[in-house]
Amino acid sequence: MKILYPNRRKILQLGAAAGAATLATPHFFSRGAFAQSMDYRNAPTGDTVTLGFNVPQTGAYADEGADELRAYQLAVEHLNGEGDGGMLNTFSSKALEGNGINGKKVAFVTGDTQTKSDAARASAKRMIENDDAVMITGGSSSGVAIAVQGLCQEAGVIFMAGLTHSNDTTGKDKRANGFRHFFNTEMTGAALAPVLKNAYGTDRKAYHLTADYTWGWSQEESIKKYTEGLGWETVSAVRTPLGAGDFSQYLTPVLNSGADVLVLNHYGKDMVNSLTQAVQFGLRDKQVNGKDFVIVVPLYSRLMAQGAGENVKGIFGSTNWHWSLQDEGSKAFVKSFGEKYGFPPSQAAHTCYSQALLYADACQRAGTFQPSEVGKALEGFEFDGLGNGPVLYRAADHQCFKDVLVVKGKENPSSEFDLLEVVEVTPRAQVEYDPELLGGELGPYNDGV
Amino acid sequence: MDAIFLQILNGLDKGGAYALIALGLTLVFGTLGVVNFAHGALFMLGAFCAVTLNRLLNISFERVSETEKDFLGNPRVEKVPYIEQWFGPDLAGFLLDWSVPISILLTIVVMAVIGVAMERGLIKHFYKRPHADQILVTFGLAIVLQEIVRHYFGANPIPQPAPDIVAGAANVGSWLGLGDNVIYPWWRLVYFLFSALVIFAVFAFLQFTTFGMVVRAGMQDRETVGLLGINIQRRFTVVFGLAAVVAGVAGAMYTPILPPDYHMGMDFLVLSFVVVVVGGMGSLGGAVLAGFVLGILQSFASMNEIKSILPGIDQIIVYLVAVIVLLTRPRGLMGRRGVAEE
Repeated sequence: MKILYPNRRKILQLGAAAGAATLATPHFFSRGAFAQSMDYRNAPTGDTVTLGFNVPQTGAYADEGADELRAYQLAVEHLNGEGDGGMLNTFSSKALEGNGINGKKVAFVTGDTQTKSDAARASAKRMIENDDAVMITGGSSSGVAIAVQGLCQEAGVIFMAGLTHSNDTTGKDKRANGFRHFFNTEMTGAALAPVLKNAYGTDRKAYHLTADYTWGWSQEESIKKYTEGLGWETVSAVRTPLGAGDFSQYLTPVLNSGADVLVLNHYGKDMVNSLTQAVQFGLRDKQVNGKDFVIVVPLYSRLMAQGAGENVKGIFGSTNWHWSLQDEGSKAFVKSFGEKYGFPPSQAAHTCYSQALLYADACQRAGTFQPSEVGKALEGFEFDGLGNGPVLYRAADHQCFKDVLVVKGKENPSSEFDLLEVVEVTPRAQVEYDPELLGGELGPYNDGV
Repeated sequence: MDAIFLQILNGLDKGGAYALIALGLTLVFGTLGVVNFAHGALFMLGAFCAVTLNRLLNISFERVSETEKDFLGNPRVEKVPYIEQWFGPDLAGFLLDWSVPISILLTIVVMAVIGVAMERGLIKHFYKRPHADQILVTFGLAIVLQEIVRHYFGANPIPQPAPDIVAGAANVGSWLGLGDNVIYPWWRLVYFLFSALVIFAVFAFLQFTTFGMVVRAGMQDRETVGLLGINIQRRFTVVFGLAAVVAGVAGAMYTPILPPDYHMGMDFLVLSFVVVVVGGMGSLGGAVLAGFVLGILQSFASMNEIKSILPGIDQIIVYLVAVIVLLTRPRGLMGRRGVAEE
């Protein structure tokens, strides 16, 4: 009889094999069990469903992020049947009953994007992997939105974008698992150009200062396309570093350029600084080519207008939504938000609240949280009562189409919130475009299994 | 020609801010041997002294309007500043309009207290520690300070208007016989003159007072000054307070140019360190010279004509100059052998 005596090599080999099997075992089992009982990632098993709110809580957009978070908390209250119901009362779809989503109470976790792509991806990953978030939403930057959208596609959860205005989010970087309610630069160009034509004519020379990242490039391209279509000449388009602070060295060349329009493709702190400094340089009081020199800020937000103070007076731009709208949905949201927090909501708050409701409604109609089924429920969905008139979630690119607001800095504001006036509601038909225009492929849905 | 002149003006006001921050940094480094990464935060705190004074002047009582409604349709609550009730609308309007220049008085007091407290409470424990420790602790302090400011003032920039009389732009071209396109904001001209005045005052203080003479001697050889029975440490504490005041008033006066936010100090800090290194570690004159030179070069590098030849040069010019200066003059423009060399 042969007796096997263990030696060190054998023991090491056996140990390694046993270790590998031990490490692999949970995967085999959990993956098998997961596949049998769940068809998708992070399927809620208890009586709650967890949503992940990924907003900038620190950094340059922290105030906007705080407003987004307020809106999400309000949406969760309303979804769970608390508070006055807000826009659930005016939403055209009546699938939601105020008892959570698919009978499960809504819970949430939050992450801090810091308005940095890597930090945003890390916080989204943490919410998906550790907190079992079934959906990620929020953000105030296109760079962040595109990064997190890509992560959600890989992870197999739905991403409901927050404030992101670059064409690329639902253009060349679109993904099946990603959906955007906010408008984009193409729509801004289409809505703003006719108003600029009426106000300033067709014989103008424009000088662009553009934030040097995805949103800035997209904004510059769209405004150039539409203003050149009017007959305007683009004298120069200068890229400025994100967060430049002092823009004086970029503004002084404008004085001698022969331009009579300055287009500031800046957002947030950059917009506040560049606009303030442009006004200090006397550009608004200047006459060039026999015309008054004018400044245009294509994308406005009320929070930014507060930062720029009196400098926004008379300056045109566009916005996704404004609290002064008088439709029933907007009024319900402003009342609900205003009574809870003491001030009117921003456009960032509005789009985030709407995205939370739209996601919940799609889950309810689909009867599941499975991304592919929820996505199909959102695709081609037409709705009303969320503050922008009739809206379509287009299936081809997961972009919402709705009326776009052209606004102007108010000459005589009655309060610190009353800084912008809506000068035109551009109808949806005027801002629609061929989905092929912006390129990209949605690809297939990923359910995460 | 007009464009070149405008960029020189640009560089001068930008350089004024760099020079003022770098001056404080150099004072602290030259006297205490401390690399103070919280110096940018002192600039930011000075800016928020201006914001604070404006807020204090705007402390209001509430009055329910009988005619106007708020955004929810309820009777609007109007806010009336107390100073308007106490002093009448004319004086109240004047105080609010001139709040930024007036804030210099508040800034001097607050920053002197902060500077001395910082030196006595924290920095003095790190004199004999390696520079890496000093950088870590002061950088940490800077983050703490900016997060405190963010907590109380929010993350958004807070606009601070210049007084009406200097809010517009000056037609500099007409003064000098140049074209009508040479216009420049009044406040930036004021800022340049202000920075020149502060720099002159600091140099005069160090050059023409006994206190300044002792400090300069201490910068050269701290031990020998100590052996002469002079309490150099106490003077260095005052110098730290002075550096904090210089950074603070630079920040307060900068608020009409750049609406302050909690992060503005960090934006200036790295550039200011480059200014100090290019000027020569421990050289006050070098810091001022480098501040203005780098400010002007940065402005020229942003001209379209330059950028069309060298794309992106506006982003790297300051660091490029730093590399060239350090390669050709390792001690910086005005650094001297034996100073800040261990």
